Amino acid sequence: MKLLRELFFPVIAVIVAFVVGGVIVWMIGDNPFEVYGLLLGSALTWPDGIGYTLFYATPLIFTGLAVAVAFRCGLLNIGAEGQLYAASFATAWVAIKFGGTVIQDFAGKDVSYGWASLPAVVLVPLALLTAVLVGGAWGAIPGWLKARFGAHEVITTIMMNFIAVALVSYFTQYYYKKPGDPIMQSVEIGAAAHVPRLSSFVPGIPERLPINIAFLLAILACALVYVFLWRTKWGYEIRATGANPSAAEYGGINVRRQIVLAMAVSGGLAGMIAINEVLGYRYRYYDGFSANYGFTGIAVALLGRNHPVGVFFAALLFGVLLRGGIFVDAFSQHVTKDLVEVLQALVILFVAVGVNFRWLSNRFSLLRRSKI
Amino acid sequence: MLELREITKRFGEVLANDRINIKVERGTIHAIVGENGAGKSTAMRIAYGFYTADSGEIVVDGEPRQIQTPHDAIRLGIGMVHQHFMLVDTMTVAENIVLGAEPGSAAAIDLRKAAQEIRSLSDEFRLSVDPNALVGGLSVGQQQRVELLKALYRHARLLILDEPTAVLTPQEVEEFFAILRRMREQGKTVIIITHKLSEVLAISDDVTVMRDGHVVGRVETAGTSAADLARMMVGRDVLLRVEKPDAEPGETVLSVQRLTVAVGGGGRGLRDVSFDVRAGEIVGVAGVEGNGQTELIEALAGLVPATQVNGRVDFMGRDVTRATTRERYELGIAHVPEDRHRRGLLLDFDLAENSILGLHYRKPAVSVSPLLDIAGIRARAEEIIRDFDVRPANPDLPARALSGGNQQKLIIGREFGLGPKLLLVSQPTRGVDIGAIEFIHRKLVALRDEGCAILLVSAELEEVTSLADRLLVFYHGRIVGEVDPRAASHEEIGLMMTGGGKDSAER
Amino acid sequence: MTEIFNLGLLYSAIRLATPLLLAALGGMFSERSGVINIALEGLLLAGAFTAASVTWYAGSPWVGLASAILAGAAIALIHAVACIRYRADQVVSGTAINILLTGVPALLSGAFFLSSGSTPQVPKDDLIPLTPVVIAFALVPLSYYVLYYTPFGLRLRAVGENPEAADAAGVSVKRMRYTAVLLSGALAGIGGAYLSIGQSSLFTRNMSAGRGFIALAALIFGKWRPVQTMLACLLFGFTEAIAIQLQGVRFGGEEIPNQFIQMIPYVLTIVVLAGFIGQSRAPRSLGLAYNKER
Repeated sequence: MKLLRELFFPVIAVIVAFVVGGVIVWMIGDNPFEVYGLLLGSALTWPDGIGYTLFYATPLIFTGLAVAVAFRCGLLNIGAEGQLYAASFATAWVAIKFGGTVIQDFAGKDVSYGWASLPAVVLVPLALLTAVLVGGAWGAIPGWLKARFGAHEVITTIMMNFIAVALVSYFTQYYYKKPGDPIMQSVEIGAAAHVPRLSSFVPGIPERLPINIAFLLAILACALVYVFLWRTKWGYEIRATGANPSAAEYGGINVRRQIVLAMAVSGGLAGMIAINEVLGYRYRYYDGFSANYGFTGIAVALLGRNHPVGVFFAALLFGVLLRGGIFVDAFSQHVTKDLVEVLQALVILFVAVGVNFRWLSNRFSLLRRSKI
Repeated sequence: MLELREITKRFGEVLANDRINIKVERGTIHAIVGENGAGKSTAMRIAYGFYTADSGEIVVDGEPRQIQTPHDAIRLGIGMVHQHFMLVDTMTVAENIVLGAEPGSAAAIDLRKAAQEIRSLSDEFRLSVDPNALVGGLSVGQQQRVELLKALYRHARLLILDEPTAVLTPQEVEEFFAILRRMREQGKTVIIITHKLSEVLAISDDVTVMRDGHVVGRVETAGTSAADLARMMVGRDVLLRVEKPDAEPGETVLSVQRLTVAVGGGGRGLRDVSFDVRAGEIVGVAGVEGNGQTELIEALAGLVPATQVNGRVDFMGRDVTRATTRERYELGIAHVPEDRHRRGLLLDFDLAENSILGLHYRKPAVSVSPLLDIAGIRARAEEIIRDFDVRPANPDLPARALSGGNQQKLIIGREFGLGPKLLLVSQPTRGVDIGAIEFIHRKLVALRDEGCAILLVSAELEEVTSLADRLLVFYHGRIVGEVDPRAASHEEIGLMMTGGGKDSAER
Repeated sequence: MTEIFNLGLLYSAIRLATPLLLAALGGMFSERSGVINIALEGLLLAGAFTAASVTWYAGSPWVGLASAILAGAAIALIHAVACIRYRADQVVSGTAINILLTGVPALLSGAFFLSSGSTPQVPKDDLIPLTPVVIAFALVPLSYYVLYYTPFGLRLRAVGENPEAADAAGVSVKRMRYTAVLLSGALAGIGGAYLSIGQSSLFTRNMSAGRGFIALAALIFGKWRPVQTMLACLLFGFTEAIAIQLQGVRFGGEEIPNQFIQMIPYVLTIVVLAGFIGQSRAPRSLGLAYNKER
């Protein structure tokens, strides 16, 4: 019974969001049923629809988990976008530097971007580790700012987003882009750093689909996050801090450390998107690749009630929206893929309104000076 | 002047008021008594418009009236002073008093006129305050006077006072009663909500007794006694004193030397406090709340930042002055906090997860680090629930679902389970029903007899004098005296609680 | 380097501070009543988009300005209802509104102007580069007076510090908070209008570029008081003005990369938050929904 009650509000929120979205579509001059039909239909075909839906859902699982873990500690991590960019660039960097990338410049000369050429069995784990650590560090910084100074994480993480984007763009433009390349992207990573696509070991999936083992890693991450939060002492401490920091302190928990830890784990989870994107799809760092994954992660986490299982399904839903949004954009008269963003916002709003009495958190009376 | 007829009010599953009938005559002082949770505050908050009743009616001066908001009540001449003062600390006395009824126009507040009116009311009722002082800096007694002036400023003819003497010393209570009598002379009607029977007998004309949401009886004060009232409140003869064997104290377990805790703004902090607690004894701390007791317990529990602590605390010979809470736990110091909702429990977590708070990081809660032993934790929780009579006996329930008494029993069971050598316990029976109170008292004495040292802080003089073997009295952050709880009278102790008394000459 | 410090810089700083100041003052009223307003960013965008579109259609910036105020208030109403009536988490609700306002203007501009997010350019005669600046700085002493010398201000502050006390005194907590949040929407709407038809001549996607959050930082820095907030906004304005001047300037022989210049306001925000939170105290009920019947 409790499960049904938990499911009730998110489902209602989604339905209401779609209804309101439909009204907006109608106001713009398109037929909502047609638009939604296109949206959902294009996402559920086999193999392309479902393949792409799952591919888009993968980063959303990661950001959804990231935001969920932070939420469990009473923190709102809006910085997943910056964390994933920082991690993705760093991963590409490692994969370039240690993958022995060699590029032919316009004169035909070979230019080496790498320092070494490590075998895949070392390089891939190294790249993976980089993704998690750099993402974690980018998240830990605002966490530390909050723990030490009481700086509210919403503002600092958003600032870190802007800073990450600027820094990464700078490095790409001046150091890692092939000179003369009009597209803002890094050079290719070494071949040893590629991770296999699902098509290479699952029969029936055509090679053109970008879905790769990152999807499987995402599912694994869901399981690990569950175990971490509910079956380990570290997760207990994080959840206790989020539920009641005064009581957590009473119980001997170092609340400040929990904040930094939760933000680090959160950032690390967001950083794992690098695997899907850099190592498994584009094989390079491509500036601006994120389709708002960071912000969507908030909707995913809220809709999924900050629980790994919920996050998984919510990510699937939003993956459907992302995939469908592209089609809607291309094929409908007035509606653009911004509709997806609007739907996301509506979902967040209605979930927030509907479940408030469960989340009567006495947020941070300890660090009350951090309120904005 | 005021009548509540068949008032019923429900909060979720709790029936706070069940067909209440209360009648208060004009120009009298009427007491409403009952235990914590009897529904007294709820009924009066309905009369003041803070809550709306589910059914029933309110009759003022013979006419039924709709009171939906405090605004309506104020307009009818009803004023209320709440148990926890409704004052804005960062604003001045004058601003607090005129809030909502500001003289002048919408474009400008006429502060001079306000000060004038306040001063004349002050004089009339002899409630002296400085209109320009910031409320945050006032003493509790002064803040209460501001609250009274607030009601009088709105021309209240009926004043409802909720537990007005909870934070006053016995001397301040006498002054307060004088103010009430003056109000009665001026034709005002006063309702006081209280659970202190001695005060009821001293000041009121009539008494209404409530229990578990019902009105149990209404009597004239002159014709009744404390025992009668207590019986009506509880339904049986109340055990007013705890029976306990003499203590057999052993070694010194806790040694506090010149402990000083600085506090920024508001609280009084702790100043130069020294005392010992031995194994097998209960040392009680008496004093009006806000005189350093909270800081004392928090400092001993490791919840005060090390930079604010000066002095020395030795536990079993070791210096723990700046030890962390976890280190103290490891050494055997347990803590039953004064605010169980804020400090002691994770209300949204289930009982099993609450039962390991503080001990969650090591065996037996942890099986193979860092994994928790879920089954083991549950089993242990069931053990605590059984041994400490926690109801309902279901470890999967969220702690929020339990009553105050059962929550407290869970916390006590958890802390006792540590096998502590020192137990810090503060306000153990606040908001707890009578059956649980007796249970908790017995458990505390039993723990003492097992050789544990206990430091007990309580604002209930009755409780602390009957449980403690030795009693320390706190005032303004210092110990102003130590007494034998069996020998000293409440008057004597009350005197010390205001700064007078045996050791005051030394300061 | 010293060439860049001149009167032009001061004028620049004032203009750049204007949208921040309007948003921050709006945020001040909202937060003084106890409602966190993270949605300032979205409210700025709402005002900007509405002002640009309506001005282009109506040919008059005054109509544009008025509709921007209404738009800001309307969007703020959503936040108010969610947080006050439904007691939603104020930060989450604000974030939802921000995301909403990154998408809705794009959708609408696609429908009305067949563009990918921008509105058509408004002719120069229909721009109002000066009025919002004047409004913004005139509001500072006005806000100060209202906050500290009128019954409205007194009640607002009481609601923010101790809503129970205000309620007990007969003040409607709900009404005060609704008024405050709507007011913040209106003011941010003016700020947004300045962005699109004052500082530039059209609306582009996400043109506020984080200003709503910088305004919040300025508010905290300014301890939720009108004059100090204004000074904080001016500081940010100066920084932005200097940053613009630095574009193209050579430092040690190399041109300073654009990205670093862009980063300056954001880094400054973090530094401000880290350095000054400890000394300022927020209204005590900030972020807590008022719930009597516990």
